[in-house]
Amino acid sequence: MNLFCVGLSHHTANVETRESFAGHAESDCILRRAGCAEALVLTTCNRVEVYGASEKWVSTDEIARCLAREIEKDAHRYAPAFYRYEGEKCVQHLFRVASGLDSMVVGETEILGQAKKAYESARASGAAGPCLHRLFQRAFRVAKQVRTHTEITRGPVSVGSVAVDLAQRIFGQLSKCKVLVLGAGETSERTARALVSRGVTDLRVSNRSSDRAGELARLVSGQAVPFDDWREECREIDILITSTSSEAPLLTPANLAPMLCERIDRPLFIIDIAVPRDVDPNVNEMDGVYLYDIDSLQSVAEQSLALRRQQIAAAEAIIAEHVADFVTSISRRLNPVSRTAERPSVADSSLRTSEL
Amino acid sequence: MALRAGIFRPGQFSFLAIGLGFIFQTAFLSIRGHALGRCPLTNLFEVFIFLAWSVALIYMLVGPAYRLSLMGAFTAPLVVLLQGLALIAPIDIRHPVKLPANPWLEFHASISLVSYGAFALACIAAMMYLVQERQLKTHQLHSIFYHLPPLTDLFAAITRLLWWGFALYTIGLVSGFFVGRPLPYVQVVCAFGVWLLYGAILQGRHFRRLAPKHVAALCIIGFSAALTLLWGITFTAQAQPLP
Repeated sequence: MNLFCVGLSHHTANVETRESFAGHAESDCILRRAGCAEALVLTTCNRVEVYGASEKWVSTDEIARCLAREIEKDAHRYAPAFYRYEGEKCVQHLFRVASGLDSMVVGETEILGQAKKAYESARASGAAGPCLHRLFQRAFRVAKQVRTHTEITRGPVSVGSVAVDLAQRIFGQLSKCKVLVLGAGETSERTARALVSRGVTDLRVSNRSSDRAGELARLVSGQAVPFDDWREECREIDILITSTSSEAPLLTPANLAPMLCERIDRPLFIIDIAVPRDVDPNVNEMDGVYLYDIDSLQSVAEQSLALRRQQIAAAEAIIAEHVADFVTSISRRLNPVSRTAERPSVADSSLRTSEL
Repeated sequence: MALRAGIFRPGQFSFLAIGLGFIFQTAFLSIRGHALGRCPLTNLFEVFIFLAWSVALIYMLVGPAYRLSLMGAFTAPLVVLLQGLALIAPIDIRHPVKLPANPWLEFHASISLVSYGAFALACIAAMMYLVQERQLKTHQLHSIFYHLPPLTDLFAAITRLLWWGFALYTIGLVSGFFVGRPLPYVQVVCAFGVWLLYGAILQGRHFRRLAPKHVAALCIIGFSAALTLLWGITFTAQAQPLP
C-alpha cells in the first residue's frame, strides 16, 4: 500500500490557483475511482492537499484533475505548483501540517481543527480507511504533544490580538475593565469587538461625529459619550483605544498628569492606532501608563512570531521521533516477519518507504 | 533550567516540590525542637532553616490562592539558597550550656521569622512585578512575559503579603517587650526602623501616594533591610548567649 500526499499550499501557489483546486463534494468519490483505496481532502484557505493510500501508482496529474473545480480545466498548466510526498515524507509532512509548522503563521492552531474536520468527513463518507485512520490519529496526537511541550503556539501574532493579549497581561480579567474608544474608525471597532469578546462589558465610545459614535456604541453594546467629555472619562477608564484623525496629539503628559493623580494605583493601557498619533510618546514614561502605538503593536506581534520560530527545532524533534515510530509500526504490521527483528536501522528507511 | 531555556511550565510540579520540601523541613524543626526542649532558634543555622520553612509556608498559603504558580520558580531558589547556606556554612554551633525555655522569646523570634517569610514572598512578587512592568514599558516581551501573572494580580498579592507580614511583624515586635530581659538598644531601634519602613510603604499604598512600581521597589529595599537586621540580631545573640 502506497501512502502519499499531493497538494499545493501558500508555499507553492497563489490564492487563485488554490481556489481552482479547492476540491468539491465529489472529490472523494472521483479520487477513489482514480485508484485511491483511501483518500482524504484537506482544504483550508492556505492549502489543498489529498492524503491517499493506494495499491497502484496514482499520478499527480490525475489527482489534480480530481481536485479541479472545472472539469475541462487544463491541470497540466498548474503541475509545477503541486508537491508530492510519499511514504515517510508524507507522514512527516502531515505531522508538520497538523502541528502548525507548515502554516503561514507558524504555530497557528486552526489547522488542527480543520484537519480533524476533514478526517471526520472522510471517515463518515467511507473514504478514509484503516491506513489513513492510523495516520491521522497519530497526527492529532503529535500536534497535541507539540503544543504541550513547546512554546510554538505562544504569544499573539496579529495587531488586534496583541492589544487584547496585552490588556489581559495588565488587568487579568477584563470583565471589570472600563474601556473608552476614541474615534470610531474601522480598526477601533475591530479592537473594541475583540475586547468585548474577551469579557469587556463597560465600553464607551466617543467621536467627533456623535452619530457614528452612537452607531458603534450600538454595535458593541456600549455607550456613546459626547466628544467634549472624553477627557473626564480618562479618570475612570482602564483602557483607551484612540484612532482619531487629529493632526496634533490629544493626550500629552501635561494634560494626562492631573487625571492620573486620582488613579495612581490603577494602570492605564493606551492603544494608539491613529496615524498621525493621538498620544504623545512621552506619555509612556509616566508611572502606570502603558502606551502602544501601531508600530509597537506590530513589533510585539513580530516578537511573538520570533519566539514561535525559536521553538521550531524542538517541535521538529518531537515530529521526527513520531515519524520514525509510526513508520516502524506500520512496516511491522505490513511485514510480520520483521516483528521479531530489532528496530530497523536508518539504512532501511528506503525499504520502509516502499513498503508504505 | 526551564527559566534559562525560556520554557516555563508553571504547573503543579513547583508546588508539589516545595510542599515535599516543607514536610521535611517541618520534620527537621520538630526533631530539633524536641532535642533542644524549645523552639529551634538558637543559632544562625536554625534561623536559616526556620526562615526557609516560613517562606515555603507562606508560598503554600499564598501561591494557589492568587494563582501565582510561577512564584514557585522564584521561591524555590530562595529556599534552596537559605537551606544551602545553612548546610554548607559552619554555623551550626551548639551553645555550651542548654538554653532554658522562654515562651515569650520563642514566640517573639518565631512570629518575627514567619513575618520575614511574608516579606520575602512580597519581595519575590515585587521582583516579578518589576520584570513584567519593565517589559510592558519597553515593549520588549520575552517568553517569561507570557507566564507571569497579570500586573494587577501581582500588585494585589504584594499588598496582601505586605499587610500579613506587617501584622505578624508588629505582633513579633510587641512580644519582644515581654521576653523578660532588656534587648540591645541598637536592635530595638533597627527593628522599629524596619517596622516604620514597611508602615510607610503600606501607608503610601493605602492613601495612593505611591505608584505600584515604587511600592514594588520599596518591598525589595524593605526586605533587604529586614534581612540585614536579622543577620545583626543573630550575630549579636550568638555573641551574647540567651539567659
